[in-house]
Amino acid sequence: MLDPSDIVSALEAAGFTHLVWIPDSHLGTWEPALRSSRLAPIRVCREGEAVAIAAGLLLGGAKPLVAIQCTGFFEAGDAVRNVAHDMKLSLKLIIGVRSERAARAGKSGDNCPKFAEKLVQAWELPHTRFDPAEGDATQLVTALNTLAMSVTASAILWAE
Amino acid sequence: MMTHRDALEVLACVRGEQVVVTTMGSVAIWPQLSDSPLDFHYLPSSMGQGVPLGLGLCFSQPGRGVIVLTGDGGLLMNLGCLVTAAQFRVPLYIVLIDNGLYEVTGGQAVANASHTDFATIARGAGIPRVYDCGSRAEWETVAGEAITGSGPVFVCLKVQGELGKPTPTAPRPMAEQVARLRSALGAV
Repeated sequence: MLDPSDIVSALEAAGFTHLVWIPDSHLGTWEPALRSSRLAPIRVCREGEAVAIAAGLLLGGAKPLVAIQCTGFFEAGDAVRNVAHDMKLSLKLIIGVRSERAARAGKSGDNCPKFAEKLVQAWELPHTRFDPAEGDATQLVTALNTLAMSVTASAILWAE
Repeated sequence: MMTHRDALEVLACVRGEQVVVTTMGSVAIWPQLSDSPLDFHYLPSSMGQGVPLGLGLCFSQPGRGVIVLTGDGGLLMNLGCLVTAAQFRVPLYIVLIDNGLYEVTGGQAVANASHTDFATIARGAGIPRVYDCGSRAEWETVAGEAITGSGPVFVCLKVQGELGKPTPTAPRPMAEQVARLRSALGAV
């Protein structure tokens, strides 16, 4: 499993300026590493807000990354639709897919993995997958650089 | 009680170099009062997301004030944004047009219309400066002070509900608005 400090270093190296997020039990492990990071964390109350804050950051010339669990991504659909397709801003998301590893092993009936993929496709977000339990730091840097350089809104589905 | 137009006329008189983000009914009125490249008409929108969008602009343009004109219907869809904004000392000026109605959908009442005390909610969320105005005269007295200086600031303007108003359209397509604002902010 990649160390949170490696993950935060990779987020910084990819050129993101702000992390707009709500921690879950996996993404939340980044918090100690974020305290000493130059990446400015912005804590919100609900995931649609994170998407709209990112829109304001993008309008003003910053390079934000939104990190949210898929459950919140489901709730944030209208904000994603608006920012990615009405405003055509290059929204970048890491979407934590709850129970993905357990579902792959046949040990979870959680329907989050099934709907996360479908909803990302429904909102026409180009996406890649990354599993911090299997990928190494080099693969993460590659995935984040690809995300950061994409000219359209796009996402990484992050296995939890 | 003042009209929606009264509320915006007063704002137009005191607005300086702040970005102004309009939503819903304000999109129909503000272009008659201002055509600044720092005006951003958030339409088409995701209802309730005007305040977060303004907060993001504050982070990316430190020191530049951002005024967000939001309706009560939109704010009720996203009350948590007041708590989010209260965490940060940024010049975000939230101006609530409280008419008790979903004006652009035909004038249906919002939940608990005219009984919700938005100023108290904003104070409870931790917004450090809150103004509550029920008349044009009250708003004229505090407007200059309210939209300058440290923030975030919350201004509740109680206005008359007006029925039969057409659905607003932004004066420019969204792509043009995005390019215009970015150019004005030096963000291209």
